[in-house]
Amino acid sequence: MTLDPLLLSRLQWVWVISWHILLPAFTVGLASYIAVLEGLAFFTGRAVWARISAFWTRIFAVSFGMGVVSGIVMPFQIGTNWSRFSDATANVLGPMLAYEGLTAFFLEASFLGVLLFGRKLVPAWLHFFSGLMVAAGTLFSTFWILSVNSWMQTPQGFHVTDGRFFPDNWWAVIFNPSFPYRYFHNVMAFYITTGFVVLGVGAWLLRRDRSSDEAGMMIRMALNLLIVLVPLQMVLGDLHGANTLAYQPAKFAAIEGRYDTVRPLPLTLFGIPDDARGRMRYAVEIPRLGSLLLTHSMNGTIRGLDSFPADQRAPVAPPFFAFRIMVGIAVIMLFVAVAGQVLRRGGRLYRSAWFLRLCQWTAPLGFIAVIAGWTTTEVGRQPWTVYGLLRTAQSVTPSLTGMDVALSLSLYILVYLIMFPTGIAFMAAIVRRGVAGATEPPPAIEAGRPMPAYVAPAPAPAGE
Amino acid sequence: MWHSLVPIWTVILGLGVFIYVSLDGFDLGVGMLHGLVQPSQRATVMNSIAPFWDGNETWLILGGVGLLAAFPVAFAIIIPAVYFPILVMLLALVFRGVAFEFRFKQARLRRLWDWAFCGGSFFATFAQGVVLGSFIQGFKVDGRVFTGSSFDFATPFTLLTGVALVFGYALLGAGWLVMKTEGELQAWSRRAGRVSLLLVCCCIAAVSLWTPLASSVIAQRWLGWPNTVLLLPLPVLTLATGLYAWHAFSRKDAWQAFGASIALFAWSFLGIVISLWPMIVPGHFTLWEAASPESTQAFLLVGTLVLLPVILFYTGWSYWVFRGKVHQSEGDEGY
Repeated sequence: MTLDPLLLSRLQWVWVISWHILLPAFTVGLASYIAVLEGLAFFTGRAVWARISAFWTRIFAVSFGMGVVSGIVMPFQIGTNWSRFSDATANVLGPMLAYEGLTAFFLEASFLGVLLFGRKLVPAWLHFFSGLMVAAGTLFSTFWILSVNSWMQTPQGFHVTDGRFFPDNWWAVIFNPSFPYRYFHNVMAFYITTGFVVLGVGAWLLRRDRSSDEAGMMIRMALNLLIVLVPLQMVLGDLHGANTLAYQPAKFAAIEGRYDTVRPLPLTLFGIPDDARGRMRYAVEIPRLGSLLLTHSMNGTIRGLDSFPADQRAPVAPPFFAFRIMVGIAVIMLFVAVAGQVLRRGGRLYRSAWFLRLCQWTAPLGFIAVIAGWTTTEVGRQPWTVYGLLRTAQSVTPSLTGMDVALSLSLYILVYLIMFPTGIAFMAAIVRRGVAGATEPPPAIEAGRPMPAYVAPAPAPAGE
Repeated sequence: MWHSLVPIWTVILGLGVFIYVSLDGFDLGVGMLHGLVQPSQRATVMNSIAPFWDGNETWLILGGVGLLAAFPVAFAIIIPAVYFPILVMLLALVFRGVAFEFRFKQARLRRLWDWAFCGGSFFATFAQGVVLGSFIQGFKVDGRVFTGSSFDFATPFTLLTGVALVFGYALLGAGWLVMKTEGELQAWSRRAGRVSLLLVCCCIAAVSLWTPLASSVIAQRWLGWPNTVLLLPLPVLTLATGLYAWHAFSRKDAWQAFGASIALFAWSFLGIVISLWPMIVPGHFTLWEAASPESTQAFLLVGTLVLLPVILFYTGWSYWVFRGKVHQSEGDEGY
């Protein structure tokens, strides 16, 4: 067997980005959550908000550090393993990646120092402001990266000369057709992922009777967020799907596991895709539901994969299964969010052992959904890096041998398998110490402020 | 692509690389020295760079994506040509970054993380030196594609530049520690700085002799008439800076040793620029030939001219907030 540098480069990309994406999936949401907590601490003067913020800021510091180091790897991957792609697309994508570095990374990295170490050194308003800047930085970061990714999916605003892309209209490039849907769908996914982690951690602390006040507040805040965001995310997902259907019909057919074009369209719940024979084996289908859900009409249909040339089809199995995992997780998430509200109305939220245990078990679901969603959209884009224009096989660095990439991939696997489990163990240790364990005396809110402002806290609102 | 933005981008990228080398240079240097100081003083050493290191590393990303955006073909040739040095640098930076976070929180494995931090700093530095050496020695290119092997980087010259950068960053790190610490640790940093200074000067001399011997273009640039006379101030300035640095490492308590070390880097950087100008892929592409189209450079320039001063301002501000000496008594983490 010969080692194929193309296949190994793709595996290497999958490996480094799959680990990396877990961190923004968490830190984007967590940064906004910390900014809200810092705001509550600043405006209400209640120490409990500062305590919760300090607790999550500690966890944020670890995950952000891991995000920075695994993020530095990413732009260099484009050069080391995908140099033909770099040369062809950099006129268009280069400045957008550079803007990501400029606007976001610096904002995060510089203000993060103040957020983490500066409680005693800067006035309280500045500490709050640093929290806001870190949160804004993560959202800018997401904006540019997803704009780049969306352009690769739905390119526009360029012309091609000598096999290279040249920009014509930056507005059209940045706000390409799939970008708004992808951006909001992703940010929402990141917020929901964080929401479930906060919910799970709160439930764990409450079940062990540690930091119960703070844990209750975490659970309440998370449930309030999730009951709004989870249903909203389902609507956004549907809109995103309609956009994919319009601009990437071959990807959509792969996601739905549709090899042929039929009318009316059934919905394929499950099956074993067989790309070689071009059919779905053991398919479980519901008649007409496909027309209704996917085209929003009783008799609509989508183009099957057989209407696309064989060398322009994605492999069906990864997007087909990944999409079903993502949707399945969405259903579980909706159940948790609704059940939480029902228990709360009945006043049984904190005493319901099964629900708290459920919250713990569902804490990592957001991460799985993010990876599944990413697999759906990225494998669904194959065999292209720039949809319909530049093939993945023509993007890889020509000087690489299979042995080169086998060596580098092994080293990435080795280092990441040490780094990520240790990081996760670490964050778990911070959680185990509880909220009190993470708070530096004196509470942050006092820093740099005259005492009286703190001595008279706002009256505690009645608990629920 | 003969357009007028190329000189502006050359200056911005040159400045970006220099800022990266100065800032991450000192914290990588501190990382290497950290392995050599007494274990009891390691926390102080770490604390001296705690608020800065991740901000410093973001300049590396700016350098990488800035090169990609402004001079795409240079990025597409150089980065694959140094495939393994880049790999080692990235993995070492990952290790180092993680070790930084973890050593504070995991007392049990502190020695292991200390080793990872020191080793990561060393390998990242050495790999950057090898990248620099490979860049100076040039690449095999056909059209717009690197056609050599992924092991072309391994030559005696790149070994020398790798070692040179290790001593160079150690010098910056020692200068930083003289500025940020007191007492025994500062005295130790003074000695480490003077040793690094001697070694780094030997390396600068070796590279300065080697490059004109290896390349007739570079020899002509430095030794042809009247260039020799016009360029003479640079070696003189370098020598004078080296002598002042020795004095500062022996006597001065504040920023002088660190400042002199940075100046030494500036003169070396200038020397490399003079040797290679106007090539961005030596022997194949000039800056103008490698440039992206005007609309690409203009689009990025608009935001850069607004954001870069802001970034420089608050980078400076965050250094100001955490100014002054670090004290050992203030606990494990923070100032």
